[in-house]
Amino acid sequence: MLRLEQRPEPSKAMSIASPLLALAITVVIGTILFVLLGKDPLRGLAVFFVEPVKSAYALSELAMKATPLLLVALGLAVCFRSNVWNIGAEGQFVVGAIAASGIAMLATKDTGNWFFLPVLAGGILGGMAWAAIVALLRDRFNANEILVSLMLVYVAEQLLNYLVYGPWKDPLGYNFPQTITFYKSTQVPRLFGSFRVNLGAIAGLLAVGAFWLLLFRTYAGFQLQVGGLAPAAARYAGFSSRKALWSTLLLSGGMAGLAGGLEVAGPLGQLTPHVPAGYGFAAIIVAFVGRLHPVGIVFSAILMSMFYIGGELAQSRLGLPKSLTGVFQGLLLFTLLACDTLIAYRVRWKTAVKGAST
Amino acid sequence: MRLELVDISKQYPAVKANDRVSLQVAPGQIHAVLGENGAGKSTLMKIIYGAVRPDEGEIRWNGEPVQIASPAAARALGISMVYQHFSLFDTLTAAENVWLGLDKSLPLAEVTKRIREVAGVYGLEVDPLRPVHTLSVGERQRVEIVRALMTNPKLLILDEPTSVLTPQAVQTLFVTLRKLASEGCSILYISHKLDEIRSLCHHCTVLRGGKVTGEVDPTLETNASLSRLMIGAEPPQLQHREARAGAVVLEVRSLSLPKEDPFGTSLEAISFEVRAGEVVGIAGVSGNGQQELMRALSGEDVRAPKGSIRLFDQDIARDTPRRRRRGGLHFVPEERLGRGAVPTLSLAQNTLLTRTRAVGRGGWLRIGDIDALAEALIRRFFVRAGGPGSAAKSLSGGNLQKFIVGREIDADPKLLIVSQPTWGVDVGAAAQIRGELLALRDNGCAVLVVSEELDELFEICDRLVVIAQGRVSPSVRTAEATIEQIGEWMSGLWRKDTSDAQA
Repeated sequence: MLRLEQRPEPSKAMSIASPLLALAITVVIGTILFVLLGKDPLRGLAVFFVEPVKSAYALSELAMKATPLLLVALGLAVCFRSNVWNIGAEGQFVVGAIAASGIAMLATKDTGNWFFLPVLAGGILGGMAWAAIVALLRDRFNANEILVSLMLVYVAEQLLNYLVYGPWKDPLGYNFPQTITFYKSTQVPRLFGSFRVNLGAIAGLLAVGAFWLLLFRTYAGFQLQVGGLAPAAARYAGFSSRKALWSTLLLSGGMAGLAGGLEVAGPLGQLTPHVPAGYGFAAIIVAFVGRLHPVGIVFSAILMSMFYIGGELAQSRLGLPKSLTGVFQGLLLFTLLACDTLIAYRVRWKTAVKGAST
Repeated sequence: MRLELVDISKQYPAVKANDRVSLQVAPGQIHAVLGENGAGKSTLMKIIYGAVRPDEGEIRWNGEPVQIASPAAARALGISMVYQHFSLFDTLTAAENVWLGLDKSLPLAEVTKRIREVAGVYGLEVDPLRPVHTLSVGERQRVEIVRALMTNPKLLILDEPTSVLTPQAVQTLFVTLRKLASEGCSILYISHKLDEIRSLCHHCTVLRGGKVTGEVDPTLETNASLSRLMIGAEPPQLQHREARAGAVVLEVRSLSLPKEDPFGTSLEAISFEVRAGEVVGIAGVSGNGQQELMRALSGEDVRAPKGSIRLFDQDIARDTPRRRRRGGLHFVPEERLGRGAVPTLSLAQNTLLTRTRAVGRGGWLRIGDIDALAEALIRRFFVRAGGPGSAAKSLSGGNLQKFIVGREIDADPKLLIVSQPTWGVDVGAAAQIRGELLALRDNGCAVLVVSEELDELFEICDRLVVIAQGRVSPSVRTAEATIEQIGEWMSGLWRKDTSDAQA
């Protein structure tokens, strides 16, 4: 009989093995899924796990999709570690994109190539401002930040729609709901000639180092985490929970806004209703699969990026719906939650009969 | 024999909680089970009450071998238990709470009548119609006991029943228990308080490390001999010298504070002072405002009126805990896990809660210094731990308490406030902690101790005050105080003899 038995101490090895095990189970279930859909499972898996890393171009695309996930998830990891449940990074991402676009539209033909910097700064400030609403309502009225941040996602999307269908619509755009295509000077410089991956990827990796230092080498990071792990201990020590609320929300909002800014100042090059691609929500999964650890998040962001690209490829190559991406994301999160049980518990086979003949 | 346990063993993943424990309880016997925290008393009681299954061994009830599968099965046999932590619903009345635990054939009015009868017979004053949240802790315990008695038990298990009672209430409880026993009910009395066991119990089984280390008649033993059986050694004697009180360090002046949560206690016009080089104790039954007072003094609650709390004549009533700490005020809270320490963080990281010497300029942490501090604390205060990297929750209660008290003592405080310094701590560690507090006092530190254990307060304090219903009594020199007087004050009755007690 299968039995769960509590471990005397949570297993460190298992906390690293658990995401890998979850990935393996996700692959197995995915295989079954492909068979049931009448597709060759090997080709199906190849689309998700081989195609996205097959060529230099594919790798560039992979990095480009992983970057926003990485940036948003880093900010969320600090939030979640501090027990601040910002579920609305998607909204902060959208407002970041809007604010960045607002600045990008100020550029003229003669603007210098540095102009992408104020564009991204606009993105950061936009995300921060949107998250600040959450912090303010929580701080002043004790409004639940989960609900407020989530609701603000939909407000942000309506704001985006209003702008692209209304005042910001390109007058020469054949009535499509989109802004003008931004000038070249607003674009984040690319890393390698024709590939789309840009400086944002480098910024993401630098951010990993910065967040690692913040969390594990600064007193401020320590205070935030104590607030999350044991609020009473934080009060006893005198660490301000208000400060934690504001700083984590502004930080994660800024990161989400930066990711939004990078999207419009990078691959998109204009503001359209398709800006919200679900990165803000997917980043929640990325943060948890990465164990809320900056280095872990790098790997989980790449994995999630594979799911995104794999979903698109499955659509064009196998004729499967794009929502397969969501299925894989969900599978991964659920199997991870299940596997995490094994950190605190171990499975025992209880031998039914002693001395049974062999 | 009413109850017989034969070679009961229970293995948990990390420890053997019970190792071939045998025990016999006769009808009408008050049988003490004595042991330190972690000696296996609770596991044994849970086995008898059907909450835990033993791995090996046999339970006999009135001579018949039985399997007790659940607490319901235990109650059906006639076994009742009063837990240390009450399981009452605050918003229901006493009668409704009792009613919940009975089979529902009786109407509530009938239950109310029976409660009055039972309460009358055994001298357990309880008003069945009052909501539980309006009852004092002692009254709540009486509700629990009445509930246990409603089923006419043949065996009553009491787990540390006196830890929440005034000395007078303890005597009342003993009268009730003796009467019960004289009617043939057997009582299993779990405790680590030696005096109580010697005055109440007929027989005593001593547990240490899950094994029975002694079967004695407690009335023929001394505290020293019982304690030898319990811990394998006599607790070291404290050297107590007369205090040389210096300047006023902490002054609390008419501190009033409305309660924050509906079941808390409001503080009313509290005034006292603590001088350098003396230990002042706050006695009282838990739930009389100790928590609220501590939170106001530590800075976790900064609502205190301006000027009501002064440290070296500086107003600190509104200061954060960190500012108070900078002024030399250090505090050890009663909850160790989750308040005094973060359970999942390492000991080294836990030093950062109150010690900031390893925080460099710009808020960078010097990891080497943090580890070194934890290492030094572990060595200086004999903390049994794997090392600075061990998680706080992996330590036993006593060792973690040594670490936390050590962390604050090592900070060279000018005023140390300690809440329940030895709660759940074994006798050896308790003696060590008390010794450290006295050493601190002798170095000129002002020490304020809150404890529910009067013995402890009388042992280490130079002056005592009593807290009851959110008010604090005038102080009395420990040398001139008696347990009876303090016990009376604990029920709030100091007003009649305040004038002559003001020393």
